[in-house]
Formats: sequence, structure tokens, C-alpha cells
Amino acid sequence: MLEVFVFSTLNGLVTGLLLFMLASGLTLIFSMMGVLNFAHASFYMLGAYFAYSVSLKLGFWAGLFFAPLLVGTLGALVERYALRRVHAYGHVAELVFTFGLAFLIEEAVQFFWGADTKNYRSPDLLDFPLFVLFGQEFSAYRGFMITISVGIFLVLFYVLTRSRIGIIIQAAITHPHTVANLGHNVPLIFMAVFGVGTALAGVAGVIAGPVLTTFPGMAVVLGSIVFVIVVIGGLGSLGGAFVASLMIGLLQSYAIASNLGMPDLLNLLGLDFSRDHPLNDLWTLTLPQIAPVLPFLLLVLVLIFRPTGLAGKREE
Amino acid sequence: MGKFAPWVGYLIALLGLPQLFDSVLAITIFNQMAIAIVFALSYNMLLGQGGMLSFGHAVYFGLGGFMAVHALIMIEFETVYFSITLIPLVGGLIGLIAAIFVGSFSTHKAGTVFAMISLGIGELVAASSLIFVSFFGGEAGVSADRTFGPPFFGIEFFQDVEIYYLSAGWVFASTVFMYLFTQTPAGRMANAVRENPERAEFIGYSARRVRFISFCSSGFFAGVAGGLFALNYEFITEENLNAVTSGRVLLMAYIGGLGYFIGPIIGAVVLTLMNSLLSNYTELWMLYLGIMFVLTVLFLPRGFAGFIMMHQTAWLRGRLSSLVLPYLITGIPAIMFGGSILAAIEMLHHGGESFRFLFVTLDSGNALHWFALTSVGAASHFACRRSLGQLTSAWEEANQSEDTTERGPS
Repeated sequence: MLEVFVFSTLNGLVTGLLLFMLASGLTLIFSMMGVLNFAHASFYMLGAYFAYSVSLKLGFWAGLFFAPLLVGTLGALVERYALRRVHAYGHVAELVFTFGLAFLIEEAVQFFWGADTKNYRSPDLLDFPLFVLFGQEFSAYRGFMITISVGIFLVLFYVLTRSRIGIIIQAAITHPHTVANLGHNVPLIFMAVFGVGTALAGVAGVIAGPVLTTFPGMAVVLGSIVFVIVVIGGLGSLGGAFVASLMIGLLQSYAIASNLGMPDLLNLLGLDFSRDHPLNDLWTLTLPQIAPVLPFLLLVLVLIFRPTGLAGKREE
Repeated sequence: MGKFAPWVGYLIALLGLPQLFDSVLAITIFNQMAIAIVFALSYNMLLGQGGMLSFGHAVYFGLGGFMAVHALIMIEFETVYFSITLIPLVGGLIGLIAAIFVGSFSTHKAGTVFAMISLGIGELVAASSLIFVSFFGGEAGVSADRTFGPPFFGIEFFQDVEIYYLSAGWVFASTVFMYLFTQTPAGRMANAVRENPERAEFIGYSARRVRFISFCSSGFFAGVAGGLFALNYEFITEENLNAVTSGRVLLMAYIGGLGYFIGPIIGAVVLTLMNSLLSNYTELWMLYLGIMFVLTVLFLPRGFAGFIMMHQTAWLRGRLSSLVLPYLITGIPAIMFGGSILAAIEMLHHGGESFRFLFVTLDSGNALHWFALTSVGAASHFACRRSLGQLTSAWEEANQSEDTTERGPS
């Protein structure tokens, strides 16, 4: 029992930190532009695919370096030439645009790389068990994923709160006009933050690609979960996103590992239903079965009872 | 009398189309259009008129459709006895019930909160549909047979064309009712709440209640569309209530034009045609759909309907004809430029083998073909850029108001 717990905690941590890499960029972009970027997970997918193509020629580490750069550049271009234009038409148009972009990127990925799963692999250098616990191996690559994610979190936190650039960004979020009057190029800041946010998603894609498989549906798999995190954490709150990422990661990991379900609950209550009861599916539900649904259940509950999320500010 | 002219035209178009095109394929497409029109119009009630962006509208379509299929099964096994012409009503009622339930907590706010709740509900229902196999039939879905019901004036609905006329009736009735809804105080207030909820509250309306009413009506008509789907296909699967279907209806309504009542009808017709015709010619039609969608959002924020309505001023001033020539001068190179891009995409896709593109055979292994394509593309792009200035000035001239004071506003 303990080993299941320890390993689901570790796996949950890996997923949670990975999700945070996506969520941090998304929440930064949201606090700036006030629009949720539906295509964020698509940039994550592009990261994985770019890294795959680069790694074929130059190896994994070159991919880790170049792919986020490419993704970030692409993100900045999208902001400069498309989002800025759509911004004039209002929030709905922006949201719909990013939605269409996500659709387009998925089709484009299938056009350039094909619909099949790519054999994108973790580097041989990290192909050893980091430690063995209860007879189960924990791979070095997963340890690497944790290190990178924590590292990025620390750097991001430091840059945003302690550096001059971070202070300008924070000011541009709340008082864009004042910052512009002080002589800073606010549209350029917005473009840069969008680029960095998408580059972060790219990094997540590079390191997640080998573990979560690189295929055209990988954006859809993660996309809505990242949304859930950003909303649960409180729109625009980096700390909230961090807590929510870990929460969702652990929640899913525990739910998948546990073998509890409705039958156990019914036994506990001393109830019994016949097999041919019309609601039989309901009486035989198990936690692993509903694990994928849990984040969305949480989302709806949070939005109903605390629409600002865990750490969100009061809406005006 | 002029007020009814569009409606008469609409009815004639609905009933007359199968007379003009009576192939099996055409009838199939018309049936799909009928479903899409009702579904897209119901979506527009939400987003276009009520300002609520939903990412889970397929829930009401799908639930209505599932219940409609189950109703067909009940008719087949004689548990209930009524004509299958009423099946869309069953779908609509289920859509309404689901919308009342969801709307009771999701319509507090519009904007992002509403969008996120709709996304969450959509994912929840789609995932549950795979868990509750006895009702949703798992991946295979549920199927029924529509021909067991009592005949309707001797029609037993063996053929698709009979179903089409039934659908056409429902489409016409739904369109009329949805239009009438926009004219009721509830419909007008929905617009007011969309524009400025605070002001609407100041004059004594509960923004939430107004949204709730729009939401429920929209759910009802989505359910009607689901019922039409059930009647037409006689089966329904989980795919019909998941995010893909929700995304498709957003696409239709948006491309058609949100702000106009007729917009979603245009979007539904265009997308259904693309869906069924384009997929015969190219494997890449989904990519083209994506490109078209993104370009529409970028350059035609009010959709096709908005593009048509842009010409209203020029038309009222009787200057529309002055635009024809500039349109042709810019439009023909623009189409050629788009065509050469499409050809390039297709050439990349068909790496190495030759294929038919419109009326030429292209071979991506042939450097000459690439050269010809690039020259056509570059030349048309140049011509297009050159003539853009003329078009702009012609456009401004056509829309200019008369600066003489001889005539007041009529």
C-alpha cells in the first residue's frame, strides 16, 4: 500500500510540475491580455514535434535548446500579426481566434509530420534508474523532468518579483498606460511575454514528448486540463496555478492508482443492487474510471462556489 | 407584404431544393444542412444574441439526440405510441431540461466564467457518456429504426427524401420561432444584457434571468436539432455530444456571422457543403477548414453575413455597380494567389506523385511545375497588391455620404 502511495505521489509530482510549466505561461498571458489562450497546449505540442525533428539530426539536447526558441518566436509572431489585430474586435473574437488556431495547428502538425505517433525518445544519457524503491525503478528522466520544472519555476519567480524587467512586466499588466507614459514599449513587452509564455509551453513539450508520446492529439489531451488548472488556481495568479497544478497532478495520479469504487462504498453502507438494475453502470463505478473526469468536476464546482478560484482576486 | 418575402423565399428554397437536385448524395447533404441550420441558429441565440460563448453546446444536441433514439426504440417496441414526426420535440424537451439544470448555475455570469463552465460540463458529459454504457451505448452508440412508428398520412419514412421534407418542416418552424424570439422582449433584453449587463440591471431586469431564458431556449432548439439527427441517421454516438461537435457549431456560427440572424444559416450551408464536397477532392480539407476559420476571424470578424451586409450602404445609395469592376480587378488575382498556395500545399502533400489540381496535372517531383507555380503566385500577389489601392478608393467613394444638403434622410 505504501509503495503505491509513494509512487503515485512521485508520478503526480511529475505530472503536476509539467502541467505547471504550461499553466504558468497561460496564466501570465491571461493576466496581460485578459484572454485565455486556447492554443497554448498546441504550442506545447509544437515544442515536442520541433524537438523530435531537431533530435533526429542533432540529438536530444539540441532539441531542448532550439525547439523552445522556435516555439517562442512563432508565439511572438502570432501575437504581433494576429492577436493584436483580433484584439480590436473584442474578447470573444480573441478567444475564438485562439480556438481556431489550436484547430489549425493540429491539422498543420498532421500535414507536416503525419498522423502517426513519433518515436521521440529520451536521451541515452538519462536512460538509467535514478533510485530503486520497493523493488520499483524511478527513471532518471523523470528526475530530470522534476529538476527542469522546479528550476523554471524558481527562475520565473525570481525574474518576475526581483528583477527590473519583472517589475516592468507586472506594472504593464495592471497599468499599461502609465508604463507607456514612462517610456516603455508596452506592445513589445506584451509580445515578449507571449513569446516567453509559449516558449515555456515549448519546453514542457520537449521534455514531455518522450514520456507522454508525441502524437497529433497530445495538445487536446492536455489542453483542457491546463485550462482547468488556471481557472481553479485563480485567473492570473501564478502561485494559485502552482498549487492547482500539483493538486490536479496528484489527484489524477491517486485516482488512477486506487482501486476503490462505488461497490466498496455500497458494501460499507450495507447496500446491494442486482446486476440488471438500470443504473448498474453507476453502482459499479470505480475511481480509476472517473479519474479523467475529476478535474472537470472540480472546475465546475470551483466555478459555481468560488468563481475567482483558489487565489484569484475579486472581480470588478 | 414585403416583410414576408424572405420567409416565403426561404420556404420555397427548403421545399424546392430536392426538386432541383434529386440525387442520393444531394438529399444526404440537404439532410445534414437541415440539422446544421437548426443547431447553428440555436448556438447563435446563445453567442450572437446573448453574448454567452459556449464550448459545450453539443451537450444539448447530443442529449436530445440520444433521448430521441431511445424514443424511437420505445416506439419500435410499442412501449409508447406516437408518430415519429414528433421525435424532434422529444429531443427539444430533453435539451430544454438539460439546459434548465445547467443554466440554473452557469448563467450567473457571461464571459470567461460561463465559457469555462460550459467547457467543464461538456467534458463531464462526454466522459460520462463513455461510462454509462447502458444509456449511451459506449463507443458504438445506440441505434434504432424509424420505420416502425404509425404512418403519417400514409408515409412510413423509408426514404431519406421523406425524412428531408419532415426535417424541412421542422427547420422552417424552428427558424420562425427563433426569429420571433429575437423580437420578443426577452430577445431584445438578451441583446441589452449582452451589450451592458449593468445598465440592463438598472432598468430593472435581472441579467441572470435574461441569460437563463436565452440559454434554455437555445438548449431546446439544440435538442430539436439532435432529434432531427436521430431521425435522419437512426443512430447516435458519443461523438455527437463531445467537444468536436461543440467546436464545429462554433465554427459554423462564427464563419456565417454572429451578429446577423441569417449568419448561422449561411455558415451551416457553407460548412456542410465543404464537409461533404471538399472531402471528396482532397484529404486535406480539415486543414483548409482551419485556415479558412482563422482567416475569417482575422479579416471578416462579422462573418460572411457581415461581409454581405457591409455593402448595404453602397446598395442603398445605388452605387453597388461601381464596385463590380474593382472587385474583379483585385478578386481574380487574389483567387489565383490563394489557388497557387493551395496547389503548393497539395504538391507538398503528394510528395513525388502527380495529381489533378482543378484542370491541370501537377507533379511535385517536377522543378518546372514548382517554378510555374511560384511565378503565378508571385505575379498574382503583385497584381493583387497593386490594385488594392483602387479598390479601397472605389469602396470609399461608394460609401461616401452625399455632402450636398439637397436631400435630407429619407
